[in-house]
Amino acid sequence: MLKIEDLHVEVDGKPILKGINLEIEAGQVHAIMGPNGSGKSTLAYVLAGKDGYEVTKGRVLYKGQDLLEMAPELRAAEGLFLGFQYPVAIPGVSNIYFLKAAVNAIRKHRGEDPLDAIDFMKLSKEKAALVQLPDELTKRSVNDGFSGGEKKRNEIFQMAMLEPSLAVLDETDSGLDIDALKVVAEGVNALRGPDRAMLVITHYQRLLDHIVPDVVHVLIDGQIVRTGDKGLAMQLEKEGYAGVRNALQP
Amino acid sequence: MSASTEQIDDILKKGYDAGFVTDIEEEYAPPGLSEEIVRFISKKKQEPEWLLEWRLKAYRRWLEMKEPTWAKVTYPKIDFQDICYYAAPKTNENAPKSLDEVDPELLATYEKLGIPLHEREVLAGVAVDAVFDSVSVATTFRDKLAEVGVIFMPFSEAVQEHPELVKRYLGSVVPVSDNFYAALNSAVFSDGSFVYIPKGVRCPMELSTYFRINAAKTGQFERTLIIADEGSYVSYLEGCTAPMRDENQLHAAVVELVTHEGAQIKYSTVQNWYPGDENGKGGILNLVTKRGLCEGARSKISWTQVETGSAITWKYPSCILKGDDSVGEFYSVALSNHRQQADTGTKMIHLGKNTKSTIISKGISAGHGQQTYRGGVKISRGATNARNYTQCDSLLIGDKCGAHTVPYVDVRNSSSKLEHEATTSRIGEDQLFYCRQRGLSEEDAVSLIVNGFAKQVLKELPMEFAVEAQKLLGVSLEGAVG
Repeated sequence: MLKIEDLHVEVDGKPILKGINLEIEAGQVHAIMGPNGSGKSTLAYVLAGKDGYEVTKGRVLYKGQDLLEMAPELRAAEGLFLGFQYPVAIPGVSNIYFLKAAVNAIRKHRGEDPLDAIDFMKLSKEKAALVQLPDELTKRSVNDGFSGGEKKRNEIFQMAMLEPSLAVLDETDSGLDIDALKVVAEGVNALRGPDRAMLVITHYQRLLDHIVPDVVHVLIDGQIVRTGDKGLAMQLEKEGYAGVRNALQP
Repeated sequence: MSASTEQIDDILKKGYDAGFVTDIEEEYAPPGLSEEIVRFISKKKQEPEWLLEWRLKAYRRWLEMKEPTWAKVTYPKIDFQDICYYAAPKTNENAPKSLDEVDPELLATYEKLGIPLHEREVLAGVAVDAVFDSVSVATTFRDKLAEVGVIFMPFSEAVQEHPELVKRYLGSVVPVSDNFYAALNSAVFSDGSFVYIPKGVRCPMELSTYFRINAAKTGQFERTLIIADEGSYVSYLEGCTAPMRDENQLHAAVVELVTHEGAQIKYSTVQNWYPGDENGKGGILNLVTKRGLCEGARSKISWTQVETGSAITWKYPSCILKGDDSVGEFYSVALSNHRQQADTGTKMIHLGKNTKSTIISKGISAGHGQQTYRGGVKISRGATNARNYTQCDSLLIGDKCGAHTVPYVDVRNSSSKLEHEATTSRIGEDQLFYCRQRGLSEEDAVSLIVNGFAKQVLKELPMEFAVEAQKLLGVSLEGAVG
């Protein structure tokens, strides 16, 4: 599904990612953990195609295609979804209208007919229930005046509507209380499936209690320093990133 | 400037579809302004003596007046002696009696602009008066409207057929000496639409006037007068386009509305005059006086405007709320792109008790565009319990444009209530990236955001115009208003 080879990325001339290698198969959930400033969000943005991130070396293959050559909307149309750490507000544009435009843009790319209003509403009701997103929020402007938790739930709602092949979730747990975290995690788990891969980026192990990953990577200073199973996350929780860092010292 | 700001710029460099010139023989007055020209126009229109005197009075007042300079717009000084004040297609010497007599070239022009002049064709619910340069070339559905007593005809014909109405109302809302451009218009106005809705009649269809400037070096000075008698209702739409020309052209119109007791006028404009090129060369100078008088109790005047064209817009559709419990509304979307400058807003003058006004203004600035909201809310001593709500929002696209808000408020009693809200926002790269990550192209994303911003106003437009306005704002038709 996704193959990252020796990826080097700079922001304003400063190296942030220093040779990332990562391969995710369909059906897998990978987690990337790491301290602040390790390059986690940079990786997410580079995969989604945000401006201002210069790839100086390496390549990324997504479904066998050169991902880095594709425009952001094309990546989205090809099934790559980014759950934002800080979703932006778009005042005046209703959430549901925005999503309809997005869903139909992606359907168009796939050569499918646009969903009509009735089918769309039916689908959105079903998916909103999945993350317990109140009806009222679907009608409000995109993320406008949403609480932190509501924004994150809205991201997962959008993911459910767009049914991506690869979902990159950037700190979906930040700003969530434990109940909201459970709701979001249940929403994510409901979307796991043999044809879908996920890359879950997080600071803390607690999210991984609810979204159990197949593989855990530890990203420190722009490099993946450890890769393991769920146990690695537990170990991190106990020893902290300092522990991993120390263990790496010769 | 980042890559995506440049992409926004590309999106904004849309062409001007209405920029063609109709090749038709026209008759002109010699350029320049003098008493002779005023007499010439009046004679062309075979006007009665009183109207000529009225024009001359306006002309003499105009000579003593100075061009206003308080608006936040800059443009080359207008040489009023270099403008032609009358141009009319030759074939139209005597107004055609039926569409069959209208020059096919003219019909083709309106066809191309999407304005059907054949009654059998689409838009059967809209009656159209088509004004080409200085004259009205066709008015549709006149007979059908006459059945219910509605008068809808070119202004020059109304002068002949309903002199008592014209004499009573002309200048009653915008007096000849009101301002420099209104005085100029009063002296040289050539045509426009006249509407009278009799007592208790709800006008059965939308009325619309389509203004087209075609001739070069010619100004358009139309005059529109709409009277809604007691308990009547009318919805009136106005559209405008002009060819692309290198020099500025002057458009100085006057619109007067009068509503009697319990009557309502809904006046909508989609203004798409040629805005000039990317560097600010050419374009229409749109210097317009529009005012409505809520004469009777419980009457209502509602202005809705979508202003996307013109190099310069200087326009303040206003309401004088004289009748008790009368209501004034102003909904505006104004877009300034490239080098366009718009100084627009409204005045709500509360005279009667319990009068209410609402102002919703949405300014969109892009490129090097400059946008000023200028509004005045005046509540007189006698206007007890008056209410005003004003909301002024500005949206900036790119980093070279500007938005300015100049609200004037003057309240003379203590029982009235006013609210003013204002916001300024910018289409951010983060917003665009968010949209693109969800699969929308950058162009669709900008449209979506602009449309969302303007929605509150667009929903006030009649259906046919809402679609037109959305297109003009660069919005795809998918998911039209509603």
